[in-house]
Amino acid sequence: MLLIPCPFCGEREESEFHQGGEAHIVRPKDPDELSDAEWADYLFLRKNTKGLFLERWVHLHGCRRWFNMARNTATNEIIAVYKMGAQPPKAAINKPPKTAVDKPPKAVGKGAKK
Amino acid sequence: MQKYSIFSLIKNALAYHEGWEKVWRSPEPKSEYDVVIIGGGGHGLATAFYLAKEHGITNVAVIEKGWLGGGNTGRNTTIIRSNYLWDESAAMYEKSLQLYEGLSQELNFNIMLSQRGVLNLAHNLSDLREIERRVSANRLNGIDSEILNTQEIKEFVPIINDSPNSRYPVLGGSLQRRAGTARHDAVAWGFARGADTRGVDIIQQCEVTGIRQSRGKVTGVETTKGLIKAKKVGVVVAGHSSMLADMAGFRLPVNSYPLQALVSEPVKPVLDTVVMSNTVHVYVSQSDKGEMVLGAGIDGAHGYTQRGSLHVIEGQLGALCELFPIFSRLRMMRQWGGIVDTCPDASPIVGKTPIGGLFINCGWGTGGFKGTPGSGWAFAHTLATGEPHELNAPFNLDRFTTGALIDEHGAAAVAH
Amino acid sequence: MSQVNRLSSGGRIDRDTSLEFTFNGRRMVGHVGDTVASALLANGVRIVGRSFKYHRPRGIVAAGSEEPNALLQLGTGGRTLPNQQATRVELFDGLVADSVNCWPGPDFDLMSGIGLFHRLTPAGFYYKTFMWPASFWKYYEHVIRRAAGLGRAPTEPDPDHYDRMNTHCDVLVVGAGPAGLSAALAAARAGARVILVDDQAEHGGSLLSTRRDINSGQALDWVAAASEEIAASNAVTVLRRTTAFGYYDHNFVGLFEQRSQILSDGGDVSRQRIWRVRAKHVITATGSFERPLIFADNDRPGVMLAGGVRAYVNRYGVTPGRKICVFTNNDDAYRTALDLHDAGVAVPAIIDVRDDPIRDLPTEAMERGIDIIDASAVTGVNGARGVKSIEVMQLNAAGDGVTGQARTIECDVVCSSGGWNPAIHLHSHSGGKAVFDTERGIFVPGAAVQPSHSAGAAAGIFDLAGCLRDGTSTGKAAAANAGFKNASRRKVPDTDTEDEGPMRLLWSVPTTAPIGRRGKHFLDQAHDVTAADVQMAAREGYTSIEHAKRYTTLGMAPDQGKTGNIPGMAILGQALGVDNVGDVGTTTFRPPFTPVTLGALAGRDIGPLMDPVRMTPIHHWHELAGCKWEDVGQWKRPWYYPKSGETMQGAVNRECLVVRNAVGIMDASTLGKIDIQGPDAAEFLNRIYTNAWLKLKPGSCRYGLMLGEDGMIMDDGVTTRLADDHFLMTTTTGNAASVLEWLEEWLQTEWPELKVFCTSVSEHWANVTICGPRARNLLAEFTDDIALDSKSFPFMSYREGTVGGVSARVYRISFTGELSYEINVPASYALNIWTALMNAGEKYGITPYGTETMHVLRAEKGYIIAGQETDGTTTPDDLGMDWIVSKNKDFIGRRSLSRDDNMRNDRKQLVGLLPTDPDKVIPEGNQITETRLEIPPRGTRIAMIGHVTSSYYSANLGRSFALALIKDGRGRMGDQVYMPTPNGIIAAEITGPIFIDLDGERQDG
Repeated sequence: MLLIPCPFCGEREESEFHQGGEAHIVRPKDPDELSDAEWADYLFLRKNTKGLFLERWVHLHGCRRWFNMARNTATNEIIAVYKMGAQPPKAAINKPPKTAVDKPPKAVGKGAKK
Repeated sequence: MQKYSIFSLIKNALAYHEGWEKVWRSPEPKSEYDVVIIGGGGHGLATAFYLAKEHGITNVAVIEKGWLGGGNTGRNTTIIRSNYLWDESAAMYEKSLQLYEGLSQELNFNIMLSQRGVLNLAHNLSDLREIERRVSANRLNGIDSEILNTQEIKEFVPIINDSPNSRYPVLGGSLQRRAGTARHDAVAWGFARGADTRGVDIIQQCEVTGIRQSRGKVTGVETTKGLIKAKKVGVVVAGHSSMLADMAGFRLPVNSYPLQALVSEPVKPVLDTVVMSNTVHVYVSQSDKGEMVLGAGIDGAHGYTQRGSLHVIEGQLGALCELFPIFSRLRMMRQWGGIVDTCPDASPIVGKTPIGGLFINCGWGTGGFKGTPGSGWAFAHTLATGEPHELNAPFNLDRFTTGALIDEHGAAAVAH
Repeated sequence: MSQVNRLSSGGRIDRDTSLEFTFNGRRMVGHVGDTVASALLANGVRIVGRSFKYHRPRGIVAAGSEEPNALLQLGTGGRTLPNQQATRVELFDGLVADSVNCWPGPDFDLMSGIGLFHRLTPAGFYYKTFMWPASFWKYYEHVIRRAAGLGRAPTEPDPDHYDRMNTHCDVLVVGAGPAGLSAALAAARAGARVILVDDQAEHGGSLLSTRRDINSGQALDWVAAASEEIAASNAVTVLRRTTAFGYYDHNFVGLFEQRSQILSDGGDVSRQRIWRVRAKHVITATGSFERPLIFADNDRPGVMLAGGVRAYVNRYGVTPGRKICVFTNNDDAYRTALDLHDAGVAVPAIIDVRDDPIRDLPTEAMERGIDIIDASAVTGVNGARGVKSIEVMQLNAAGDGVTGQARTIECDVVCSSGGWNPAIHLHSHSGGKAVFDTERGIFVPGAAVQPSHSAGAAAGIFDLAGCLRDGTSTGKAAAANAGFKNASRRKVPDTDTEDEGPMRLLWSVPTTAPIGRRGKHFLDQAHDVTAADVQMAAREGYTSIEHAKRYTTLGMAPDQGKTGNIPGMAILGQALGVDNVGDVGTTTFRPPFTPVTLGALAGRDIGPLMDPVRMTPIHHWHELAGCKWEDVGQWKRPWYYPKSGETMQGAVNRECLVVRNAVGIMDASTLGKIDIQGPDAAEFLNRIYTNAWLKLKPGSCRYGLMLGEDGMIMDDGVTTRLADDHFLMTTTTGNAASVLEWLEEWLQTEWPELKVFCTSVSEHWANVTICGPRARNLLAEFTDDIALDSKSFPFMSYREGTVGGVSARVYRISFTGELSYEINVPASYALNIWTALMNAGEKYGITPYGTETMHVLRAEKGYIIAGQETDGTTTPDDLGMDWIVSKNKDFIGRRSLSRDDNMRNDRKQLVGLLPTDPDKVIPEGNQITETRLEIPPRGTRIAMIGHVTSSYYSANLGRSFALALIKDGRGRMGDQVYMPTPNGIIAAEITGPIFIDLDGERQDG
């Protein structure tokens, strides 16, 4: 069970939280301009990285606030938490992952939200 | 191939079992194959077997980064059933079950298929409605399936708690009698031995590091044992599918999560079927060795650690002890995790990718073991002909664009 | 039987307190301080059970959790426990213990006939046979299952209860042996909050079983002093009889505490409890497990581990035999010989595989006149039911063969030592790797991946002085790591260092014939796995250690291979020509370290506490009224209210008629209610719901559908504008929590610029709904500040006022099509209002109605239920609800609706069904066919065109009816369709989904 440092409440047990999938996916401003394939990409296609993964969490049984987290999915090491709308701390992204096979993702989502 | 039988066992017993042949060779990879299958789990090995057997394609390599069957094949709770709701899934899993029914003889390897039935419990009116719908669909799809009331369930599983005062009482259930369990390792080993005998090279301890492409078509795979050329490559790596897709340069709607299972200490037979409850999250059967084999839940967050969280199993065990009060004093003997690759519609992807000659078989989530032979059979067809079989055609990657999902989450949550 | 093997003195037992127990029906006596195993040995018991596969007689091997054989059934009935390791159960008065897996008993076991076929049943034999005829596997399997399985499960529900505790600490020390105690002392002295756990009743670990000195006194005196100092510290929690069973992420460790006697009713005390510990730093000082030498017929009763024998002699004052030989590859086992000799037990010989061992301990043995046979090995054991003598031969230089004449040495016990394996289990659970130490042939912990240290023997430090030093420095380091840097400067205690020679690795002990041909070399006695089995696996190509383990089942029994796994890996390596065991593969341990009770893991979350029960404030009234309950999520909702002797259908018919003809009353308090406030609330709803919300007037209500981003219906409900910037949303009962989460997610992650706040008020407001043509008359009696006429209070609007003296929110919305008022009052007034309405409504024949009647009435009107007419694959258009989907704005899920699959015209669409036989109610969920076909035989398929979503008998219609989703249903009006059921085919005609009051006239009363 993870010990998650909620940016608003401090460290709490994982069972108080709910993970909300990959972070930094921005809802298209004008969905009508998207092809079905592009829309499908937004809807379903996700990074599923082994290693550094940027994800959203909500402190459901706590402050009920959403935040972002950088975690190594191969080791469960929590590298950073940061607020919605913020970009991941550079130090966290550049930190060499603990396992040799894991590469940091090439690009971190463009948008500032979600 | 050395035939296995009671006679060969007696013959070899007289020779102190020193005359048994290798179940499979350990060849070095050739520089080129007709087909390369990445992933030596049950699905990959089944694919190789059926490629050789059904399509006569034997210049095939199965590349495994660890040891055969070491992923989810060797980590699941061995449940086999075909009582799925939608036609597409029912057809796929029923094909699989039918192949399972003859598999020990076909492979000359006892996979210990135990058709002791799978009982799905209903704990509320919504469950009952869902079960009625599914059983009705199963029957019209030619799949055995029946509904039991609480009393019939009690007769079938005498140790179940049928008290109406239970927190979530057992209101009924559906039973597929042909369903049951099989020995998971044996399925992998049997397919491997069958494929190897037909000429397939099984290469263990060989990790794929890149997918070679030219003009949108696959030309081979780079591995820790060098470049292996092939015009057709099948990716069958379950939890690690997204990584292979990354290498090849396309994206998947797949998320990987740790899924846990555990076994109790072994006791004399008390449970002669598989009992599943989606509502209270219990999946339990008793193995031939006497252990209770329990499927626990998926962890709440992505992960590749192959070890899950304690709190996930704690919740499951409360439900188990409520449903089977006599299990409370038994002890958990071993706990482990696997990495399951899940799709948004809880159905697999078996078919083409955006790259020519590169095919993918993934997204089986928690249902991969029961699908093993059917998946391999259909994927072999796809690799051999370049086109999906009608069995796996609906399970294409395009469905996420068109919206033609095959939603096997079961009828949605209770409302009103 | 008397305690023939009890030594006249010594041991940490209370000889003045005798405990009576029975073993396989025989009465025996032991003492406080005994384990069941030590008491059995004291009473001269040699055979404790039969083996899993071959039913060979087996005796006690070890003194701890590595014991493979002595698995006993304890107690009877609801409290019985299967497969208990006799070595770990503290003896108590009145204990009833029986052998498992034999009949009638272990001394004479009818199942032992199976052993005669041992040649035919090597590893994995079942994969190669039982395949013919194909249909017979189930019979073979039946026999196999009955033969397997060891002990018996209880036959009654567990009468005991269990607890779970949560706690935090700075330093968690696992193990209270020399290293663990030193570490706990050092950490506590530095001021850290320490939890010290040990699986024994008393501290000391290995010191309890040895005669060693610390600080020039007995080691156990030092233990007592250390233990006392630790206990006196406020910052330390000491847990005895507690096992750290699993080390999970982020320094989360699971502990399993035995609280009451193993079988007794603890009364108010829970039987066992789980501690969930979050530690800043973890020290695993878990010691080590001795591994046996693997020689021919090493499973005979009387073949034991040298360390185990030492424990019985020193700790329990018991000798397992009268003449005990020691067989070793190291110096440590000489301590056993010395201890035995000093206790007056004959030691006919020490057989040492090493050539000319001359260090401190062998010299001491020689001084005592013990015969040391060097460069030799035990090649055979005589005595099928217990050791009578052993065969000893000269080993060749390579260690792979024997030479010369066999010498027979009479003895009743032979104990062996093949060295000690660090107990790295917890390190492995934590994600740490194991590193192979070629010299010593052991796996030691690699780098820690979580804040933790291994200490003492668990870290591969086997000498006592080293353990004390390592424990102290580790304890200081851990405390410093947790922020306590002021370590005590007190000296590490002194101890004598003995000069120990190196061991000689000998993984399998040769005999005159190749392994497997003469005698059986057991690796895993619990699962009857032999060295020959592992060699056979290697020959057959199961060359990965994981394959070999799975093929042979090595290490998969309740002891989880604590003694046999490493020798097994080494033997596999030898068979493959790999010298370094580390190259065979590493071994990953999975939790739990020792088995943990399922009930303890469940804790108190069983029975009514398995999941919280949610009850409305009117719950007890419903109960008194004799309602039947429906579980909806965690809620209990009244399903129907049968009168005495009334059937369910009778009750529902009555309730339905009353609502349509007079007035009914329903407790709708479980509906989800979300209070939405803020200047952007209307804009927010506009994005969430498919229809338009900006222009809704305060005081008005509107029905809304919300979709997932995939375009599929997620939930529905009526939302009311209370003020410009204030809405009250209702959701379905089951989705209340997930809808709130959904709203908050969008607000916080996608639209943070919107000024909106959402608050759940589901439990603050109770909802008493009165419904039917008399509802207005009834309500009029209770309010004088709300005008009730249709003009002042129209359908789909809301008024605030006083109802029955309570300030209330009244909504004129209807889920039945009848005139209906949903009276919302603060929850604490609900029962009051309810009973007042019931009393006043008596003159109209008011009746309470439950969810079943609500379902029938809404279906008569064609109103959907999210989750019943929808299943996550249903769009608004599928339900004919295009009218609620705005074309002029974006909303969640809109883009998905125009994808190809959603534009198909053969999608399943909502229709009504009228069965040809008006008395036949179609089973809900039944599939529908176009042509009249019976259920086909297995293997044959027939096409389905849809399924029945809701189906009832309607008292108002005087007939059965249903709602269904049918492919192109709206294009099939008037068509006949068929529902094949096991009881025959039901035919029905497709109609529109509205059966009553097509024009909606009744809602105004």
